[in-house]
Amino acid sequence: MTLWIWVLGACVAAYAIKLAGYLLPQSLLDRPVFGELAGALTVGLLTSLTVMNTVGKGQGIALDSRLLALAAGAIALRLRAPYIVVVIAGALASAIGRRAGLP
Amino acid sequence: MFSRFTPAMRMGTSIAIAVGVYGISFGALSVTAGLNVWQTCALSALMFTGGSQFAFIGVIGSGGTGAAAWAAATLLGVRNGVYGMQLKSLIRPPAKRIPLMAQLTIDESTATATAQDHHDERVRGFWTAGVGVYVMWNGFTLIGALAGNALGDPAMWGLDGAAVAAFLGLLWPRLHAKDPIALAVVAALATIITLPLVPPGIPVLIAAAVTAGWWAWRRRGAEAVAE
Repeated sequence: MTLWIWVLGACVAAYAIKLAGYLLPQSLLDRPVFGELAGALTVGLLTSLTVMNTVGKGQGIALDSRLLALAAGAIALRLRAPYIVVVIAGALASAIGRRAGLP
Repeated sequence: MFSRFTPAMRMGTSIAIAVGVYGISFGALSVTAGLNVWQTCALSALMFTGGSQFAFIGVIGSGGTGAAAWAAATLLGVRNGVYGMQLKSLIRPPAKRIPLMAQLTIDESTATATAQDHHDERVRGFWTAGVGVYVMWNGFTLIGALAGNALGDPAMWGLDGAAVAAFLGLLWPRLHAKDPIALAVVAALATIITLPLVPPGIPVLIAAAVTAGWWAWRRRGAEAVAE
């Protein structure tokens, strides 16, 4: 039940941010700082989420088949594969690793 | 019918189809992360910004709290505010359209609008991509959520690997220069170092803070050089 509160709270926050972009005064908008910081934050957060999902396990680190998924995803992206193919490549790599007996 | 579309509408439609289909992976990953089908669909319908949605379920799936998931999703949504600013000065929409435009303001609709050269095409591009992605994304989220529930053990199907590749795929197009790559290395190190030290989900927020600090430090350095 509490998860619902955070789900809806995050939805409200997301919409408030989107709307704020249109409603903030023009004088604030003319500063490029916002765009740069938002870009930097996006790179930092997405990197952290990638790393956490690759090696994170509860409060700690585990090296397992997800590393194969990271490599497969990188190869697919390198070959300019469409996004859905990248995701499937990641799934296949870790599924094959697991079925081959890797952790 | 497709041939009567303007170039902006064709671009928006192509993007909507390509992007919408991966709603299926969001839906499946969300239920395996521990959200139910309704919560999963609520995120796609109400939050409607893929990166933040993946961040939310990524934190929950790794054992983090709802509060940490909220913070990660919200920080990742900050860029949509910047898109709103850009679109407002680019399109100058009438006030009555703004509430709906705001909800459809995401990476894809902004990219389609800004890629056009003329005002009317920008408007058509924004709405085609925005509405198109919304419809596709929500439909495929539901399909993915129902499929994810039916799959059983997510690890045997490699769904945890799908999440890894999904995040890498969102990050990859942003690593086109030296600066973002340096930022990514800093964020990766901050995450790896703090993973064993703090509760799940918090390393993402620490990495965000370290990234912002690094960015501010680099920026001051660049200004000093410019003077």
